Amino acid sequence: MSGLSPGVFLVTSAVKVVAVFSVLMVAVAYTTLAERRVSAWIQDRMGPNRVGPFGLLQPIADGIKNFLKEETLPGTSTKLFFVLGPMLAIVPALVTFAVVPFAAPLPTPWGTVPMIVADVPIGILYIMALSSLGVYGIVLGGWASNNKYSFLGALRASAQMVSYEVALGLSLVTVLMLTGNVTLTQVVFEQQHLGLWFVLPLSLGFILFVISAFAETNRLPFDMPEAESELVTGYHTEYSSMKFSMFFIAEYAHVITQSALMATLFLGGWDIPFWHGDDAFYFQGQWIQGFDAAGTPVLATLAWWKTLLTLGAFVLKTSLFVLVYIWVRWTLPRFRYDQVMQLGWKIMLPTALAYLMLIAGTILVLDEISVPFGLTYGLILTVVSMIGTVVFTFWLDRDRVISGASPSARWPLPQSMPSVDVPQLSETDPSQAAVGAGGN
Amino acid sequence: MIDILFYVFAALALGGAMGVVAGRSPVASLLFMVLCLGSVAGIYVLLEAHFLAAVQVIVYAGAIMVLFLFVIMLLNLGHNYHPDLKAGLWSALSFAVAGALFGFLGRQLWGNRTMTPEAGDSVDALVAQYGAVGAIARPLYTEWVVPFEITGILLLVAIVGALVLAKQRV
Repeated sequence: MSGLSPGVFLVTSAVKVVAVFSVLMVAVAYTTLAERRVSAWIQDRMGPNRVGPFGLLQPIADGIKNFLKEETLPGTSTKLFFVLGPMLAIVPALVTFAVVPFAAPLPTPWGTVPMIVADVPIGILYIMALSSLGVYGIVLGGWASNNKYSFLGALRASAQMVSYEVALGLSLVTVLMLTGNVTLTQVVFEQQHLGLWFVLPLSLGFILFVISAFAETNRLPFDMPEAESELVTGYHTEYSSMKFSMFFIAEYAHVITQSALMATLFLGGWDIPFWHGDDAFYFQGQWIQGFDAAGTPVLATLAWWKTLLTLGAFVLKTSLFVLVYIWVRWTLPRFRYDQVMQLGWKIMLPTALAYLMLIAGTILVLDEISVPFGLTYGLILTVVSMIGTVVFTFWLDRDRVISGASPSARWPLPQSMPSVDVPQLSETDPSQAAVGAGGN
Repeated sequence: MIDILFYVFAALALGGAMGVVAGRSPVASLLFMVLCLGSVAGIYVLLEAHFLAAVQVIVYAGAIMVLFLFVIMLLNLGHNYHPDLKAGLWSALSFAVAGALFGFLGRQLWGNRTMTPEAGDSVDALVAQYGAVGAIARPLYTEWVVPFEITGILLLVAIVGALVLAKQRV
């Protein structure tokens, strides 16, 4: 592919695989630190700041700790599947990143190297396939633990992932329709070509994708599989040491990959806004920047500093979404299980279907009246999507669709509530204060 | 290289298929089935049918297997299967069905052993023109749309049946 000789292709691919893997692992480590620091900031605490400057060496200390801890193997567990579980969880999480383009192509003396590990022709479908495999690790781990809480967590995880994968896929279809192909490189190029990031023309699709992505990664407010207060952390209760750590790495790798996906699908990927100098796409054997008015391709001018700048843009956008993940986790309470299911099947699925029809109809009309694919095209779609988004957000009212935690009119309280004596805590109880300051 | 990979995947697929039948616990059988289906997806990749491979994983290994896990774990775990397997009439029937299936396959393989692709556009040209998805989607939604829709109805019937069964147990 991309006009490289087989030898160069092999070497560059190997370098890219190693580089992306290492960067991803380091990013996972530092996302855990970011999670703890941001959570501390949100809760007005200090967070881990003892190991190294600003606590920067904390992930390394945690890693060493996890390696040195005792590896437990519960006597009643199914041994083979118990060991297999974490492995099956971590592999899909790590290999998904292979199809995400992370920078503009790099010109080298041996040819232009595309900054993507594997530009497979099925792009997004590859990601969907792997994310559907990710649930096996959790289900197997929870089942093999032979612990009812773990098993409940595993079942919740599979139910939740199956439910939200539908909405996730349907919200992706809008992106694919606008792009006309499934490769992520083309998704990035069409956003450069359109002059608008897809977050505007497909705003409701973006919202649906973000919600489903949160559910797919089992993050709060959708962390039913590991709900600490009900399931004693669910599917990984019985795991210790590196096996536990592998579940953790898998979760954070998923967070990073989903963030990278949101950035790529809806925020232009590595595209730098308001500047067409960085646009590049492999089209019929050459790297092009776009098409001129007559429709002939314009060759792209590539440079190493453009690769570096676009890499920076990509990292920035991805970190933004990682921060949103952390922010949401420490801001929102957890859903009830029935609320998760209702949201998935009764709201997300119909909305995604209706939105799909809306976008498909709009694209059909725009193509029929031959509006050229450009800024006007994007702006019309933006207006249509905005209307959809406004309708959706106003319609998604808490008590109308999803019954809240408070008893609503549908389930009236009995007239005579039994009075309960709540023991009062004294305000200066030092043991209570210590509990409040602990944790994490 | 591709030949070696083909034999690896083929061996894995066949081994997985054997494991499904031979496995003692239903969960082990399921995992073997995932292995089998995944290996078939690998063979599709070797044939450069990337789209089929992805769909194979999404549809079979992903969605259906998760539902299988549900069924086995929630409904049948601890259920003793041996009485079911020993029933004489059923085993005779299953042997007959399996034999018929193998007969058809054998007839296909022996009938035209030299397989030549039909005349028409090559797969590469189609993929270049319509993309990996379009090359499959175009004939599926134009030429074969009626069988495709009928398959959809079949799946709908299966869903309704599953709902009816699930409702009975509550």
